[in-house]
Amino acid sequence: MPTNAFLGVFAKSPIKPMEEHIKKVHQASKALIPFFNHVFKEEWVQAEELRITIRNLEREADDMKRDIRLQLPRGLFMPVERTDLLELVTQQDKIANKAKDIAGRVIGREMTIPKVMQVDFLAYLTRCVDATKQASKAINELEELLETGFKGREVTLVEKMLVELDAIEQDTDEMQIKVRRQLRDVEGELNPIDVMFLYKIIEWVGELADIAERVGSRLELMLAR
Amino acid sequence: MDIIASYGTVLILIAAAVGFFMAYGIGANDVANAMGTSVGSKALTIKQAIFIAMIFEFAGAYLAGGEVTSTIRKGIIDAAPFADIPELMVLGMIASLFAAGTWLLMASFLGWPVSTTHSIIGAIIGFALVAVGTEAIQWDKVGGIVGSWIITPAISGFIAYLIFMSAQKLIFDTDAPLKNAKRYVPLYMGLAGFIMALVTIKKGLKHVGVDLGAVEGYALSIAVAVIVAIIGKIAISRLNIDPKADKQMQFNNVEKVFAVLMVLTACCMAFAHGSNDVANAIGPLAAVVNIVENNGEIAKKAAIAWWILPLGGFGIVAGLAILGKKVIKTIGEGITHLTPSRGFAAELAAASTVVIASGTGMPISTTQTLVGAVLGVGMARGIGALNMSVIRNIVVSWVITLPVGAALAIVIFYVLRTAFGV
Repeated sequence: MPTNAFLGVFAKSPIKPMEEHIKKVHQASKALIPFFNHVFKEEWVQAEELRITIRNLEREADDMKRDIRLQLPRGLFMPVERTDLLELVTQQDKIANKAKDIAGRVIGREMTIPKVMQVDFLAYLTRCVDATKQASKAINELEELLETGFKGREVTLVEKMLVELDAIEQDTDEMQIKVRRQLRDVEGELNPIDVMFLYKIIEWVGELADIAERVGSRLELMLAR
Repeated sequence: MDIIASYGTVLILIAAAVGFFMAYGIGANDVANAMGTSVGSKALTIKQAIFIAMIFEFAGAYLAGGEVTSTIRKGIIDAAPFADIPELMVLGMIASLFAAGTWLLMASFLGWPVSTTHSIIGAIIGFALVAVGTEAIQWDKVGGIVGSWIITPAISGFIAYLIFMSAQKLIFDTDAPLKNAKRYVPLYMGLAGFIMALVTIKKGLKHVGVDLGAVEGYALSIAVAVIVAIIGKIAISRLNIDPKADKQMQFNNVEKVFAVLMVLTACCMAFAHGSNDVANAIGPLAAVVNIVENNGEIAKKAAIAWWILPLGGFGIVAGLAILGKKVIKTIGEGITHLTPSRGFAAELAAASTVVIASGTGMPISTTQTLVGAVLGVGMARGIGALNMSVIRNIVVSWVITLPVGAALAIVIFYVLRTAFGV
């Protein structure tokens, strides 16, 4: 109980922390771009530094996630469902985890990416990071949504953003097919185990966009009530 | 009888002292509730809030506080059984003030949001029970008070919902929120000014010696509203607006416009609080003064002595200046994400409800109107998160306050009886 109980009526709003959290996980996924640039050149020391950066961002995001969960006890009266928020933060957090896994796996095996693939792979990764950026943009409309009482034009605007997010995710699917095909063309000359893992990495990068899309659909569900 | 004759002046002095004490408790306990939303949404600094509270609490108490006093005095207990024992009425009222004031200060230190209105009502019920018995209490009125626990927040919540929704329709959910904010916010200001002017004119100016007819009253209120709206428009036009017109900045600028309005609703709230709650302190005091001055006769309808309203006003101001400051300081970071556009809806609704209720003479609790108003905005999906458990505690504390006030008053009443040998 605070010193003045009437003001205790206002609980800490989860909106701002949600926005901060997705910004953080987006940063983690964005750091993969410079990371892979070092990987292409096989600069393992710098790549390791970036892996540490990503890992730290992931830890910070974890702490934020925990804070948000602790802030959302039962018995809060909110404009959105508590369960929706909890689901949303869980999904958001997976973006950072995925980024950490990708960096960790690549460093752990010191995987080299074949030259022929590098240009398209980077474009593919960038597009997947675009998806997380778009998700972050949509989630960062939460405050505006609150301003407008989760109704009207602002909802329409967010819906548009989510359509855009879906489009980005579809792009990444196309690009993934292309990158896989390139790998298939050169896989004969590579170490089979490396190839297995490379396929894995391609898949994981794609999952960044998939999770971002899932964040979007969670938000959509939240608004649909 | 002879008690009143021989100790009359002493009794008045004691009553004035405990009345002041009670008013002091009201200032200390309630001001944070009345001012909290303004400070919490950063529309006002602590200093400004104290300053506004001082001026408008006093103005409300002095100009519009006369109406509710009579209900506190006559509505809850029936004066008839006291006709032969006026000295008990006098002692009882003193005991009630002392009990309620003590309970308020205790609650302030413990951080419980008790209702000043209910503490004094509980205390009056308590002493009437032991002085005369159950027949001295107007039980239907008490039932009305219990009913008000539901009705008051409901009305206030409903009004807050409407105000908030209107702001959404007119301002937030439009193509140009900022342009519309500049256009419509002065109208809300005018509305706030109108409510304040109307209650002052209708309720208060009689005892200051100004008596206006209904038509003149409305005309004057509308004039005040127009003046306030114009001042508001000027104030808004002088804001420094960040011209980066992307969505985010636009809402920030809209909130800036609302912050100007919030200054006014804070005045309104302080005014309403002063007018409503000062009665809790001076109602019983006025009763004591009347009985003593009429040599023990309990008058049906009596004018309030000239010095009583200012005394209550000063008491409230003293309480908020000395203790209220500490309470408001704790608000600082206490509220997250309460923006001026939400706070204004809650405050304006609460103030209007208090004013409407004061008009009917129903003793209501300012805290209740505020809680109801905040819930109303919450229902409109306008507030990030509200603590239902805290709201439950607040409701429980309203219910508890009646018996506690009664028990304290009974104890003090017996002490006084023994002291005066009645």
